Amino acid sequence: MIEFRQVSKVFDSGGNKVEALRDIHLTVEKGDIFGVIGFSGAGKSTLIRTVNLLEYPTSGEVIVEGNLAKLSENEIRQAKKDIGMIFQHFNLLNSKTVFDNVAMPLLLSKLKKREIKERVHEILRFVGLEEKAKNYPDQLSGGQKQRVGIARALATNPSILLCDEATSALDPQTTKSILHLLKRVNEEYKITILMITHEMEVIKQICNRVAVMEDGHVIETGNVFDIFAHPKTDTTRNFVKSVVRDEVPESVYRLLKENNDESRIFKIEFFGTDSGQPIVSKTAKMYNVEINVLFGNITELQGIPFGNLIVELIGDDYEIKRAIAFIISQHIEVKEVLEDGSQHRIDRERFVGNALHG
Amino acid sequence: MEVSTELIVNALWETLYMVSVSLFFGGIIGIFLGILLVVTRKGHILENRFIFSIVNPIVNIFRSIPFIILLVAIIPLTRLIVGTSIGTTAAIVPLVLHIGPYFSRLVENSLLEVDEGIIEAAKSMGATPLQIIYRFLMPEAFSSLILSLTTATIGLIGATAMAGAIGGGGLGDVAITYGYQRFSTITILVTVIILVILVQGIQGLGNKLERKARRV
Ligand SMILES: Nc1ncnc2c1ncn2[C@@H]1O[C@H](COP(=O)(O)OP(=O)(O)OP(=O)(O)O)[C@@H](O)[C@H]1O
Ligand SMILES: [Mg+2]
Repeated sequence: MIEFRQVSKVFDSGGNKVEALRDIHLTVEKGDIFGVIGFSGAGKSTLIRTVNLLEYPTSGEVIVEGNLAKLSENEIRQAKKDIGMIFQHFNLLNSKTVFDNVAMPLLLSKLKKREIKERVHEILRFVGLEEKAKNYPDQLSGGQKQRVGIARALATNPSILLCDEATSALDPQTTKSILHLLKRVNEEYKITILMITHEMEVIKQICNRVAVMEDGHVIETGNVFDIFAHPKTDTTRNFVKSVVRDEVPESVYRLLKENNDESRIFKIEFFGTDSGQPIVSKTAKMYNVEINVLFGNITELQGIPFGNLIVELIGDDYEIKRAIAFIISQHIEVKEVLEDGSQHRIDRERFVGNALHG
Repeated sequence: MEVSTELIVNALWETLYMVSVSLFFGGIIGIFLGILLVVTRKGHILENRFIFSIVNPIVNIFRSIPFIILLVAIIPLTRLIVGTSIGTTAAIVPLVLHIGPYFSRLVENSLLEVDEGIIEAAKSMGATPLQIIYRFLMPEAFSSLILSLTTATIGLIGATAMAGAIGGGGLGDVAITYGYQRFSTITILVTVIILVILVQGIQGLGNKLERKARRV
């Protein structure tokens, strides 16, 4: 568990004060993959660096099995062996082989040669780089380098792993594989992960909880699904939009203009209750309406479908109302897309009531 | 007066003797001061304004005194350390004081070239400052340090030429006393050729070792 209590950090560079962290309260539970997202300069790196005291908070406390800042230098160094860290630019020693890089933390702990060898091979096997043990970092791809970074961070068997933009220097495909590896680290080694990123995609793929930072503040925090489903601030909404497109495409509006009275367009939003297709086909079967899916954006969040479908319902007004009422009754949010560009949310009570009473 | 082969060979040995011994001591001093200059600077692992503000100007002072002046200025100190103020061994004291601070700047530069991220990683592993220096900084700077040492060695060869002023002998001394003062062009030519070969050889060796350290 990591707990930030009223953590503030002020950088004072030549009379120029920068408040990088302002009164941060945050709790990362054991077993979490906790993501912190924010734009450049929001204070994310500063936040993560206070956990292993690469940066000391100006005020407040960071609790990791007690407040590290209260320990002696020597005790702090010991405590750091329980906190692994990986970096955007890997920070491997180019003068050392993969084996020696991973062995480094163990060497610092003065382990026996044989123990080091065993542990390094075990961990290299875990990250899938055993046959690269004798290679040097400059002979590896970015993804492989980050695997070495992860292996090195895990060598001392920490209970916490800190990741500062660990995938930002990697292409999307490699990012995926590294995130997959981090997920395994979390599940197989039961390691709590605190990761920082500016990509919502990363949060979406592996985090279970997220905090959004802006200008030194945590402006929103919660479980990933809730944040995606009900973002409260514009910043968060924008991050969510970067992963799940929300806007109605032009073509839909064009279609609306040409439309006859027999057709109406709706946006059906899924927050995990059910995936799109079954509902659509079920509705089409049960009511006398024709349903065309015009546009869809469904993704998966922690194994649960999430996103929206834009559908055209063709049929007489009464049937359309009944169909929509049915969809709403499945706890799915429906908004009607109107010609003037607005989307208005359909009032559950009235719509259902109208439909039922004709 | 003719210059014998023996004289040249002798002078060569004197030069090599002066260079190697002063390189040894100057190297130790240079590495020590160079590390000190790096780690005590602002924001570094052993930030210490007091030490830095003493070492830094001292190095500057030694760097700014021309060697020929240093040579005579420290004669009392030389006598104190090696018991005499003239001769090849006596020349070593000023050579060490000359090359040590010079090399320390080169070491400083080499160490500063190491990516800060390496130090971050070291700190995150809970490395002690000493471990950061010899397990991270030095190995990462190794190839660059080889080049620095090469440059320092060649600088030393140049400086030994002036050691003649206090009877240090060596190739440079031969070139000046026999060649320049007694108009023996051939002596100048021979000593210069030997010096050029020496410098080329050392630079070549340095480059080779550096490439090897970088595995290219
Ligand atoms: N050592 C430092 N000295 C002075 N100011 C600093 C220092 N480190 C960070 N800052 C300032 O603190 C603020 C937060 O920086 P931080 O690196 O935490 O942001 P970030 O969210 O990680 O941004 P990025 O996404 O660009 O990495 C910035 O305004 C930055 O300029
Ligand atoms: Mg950052």
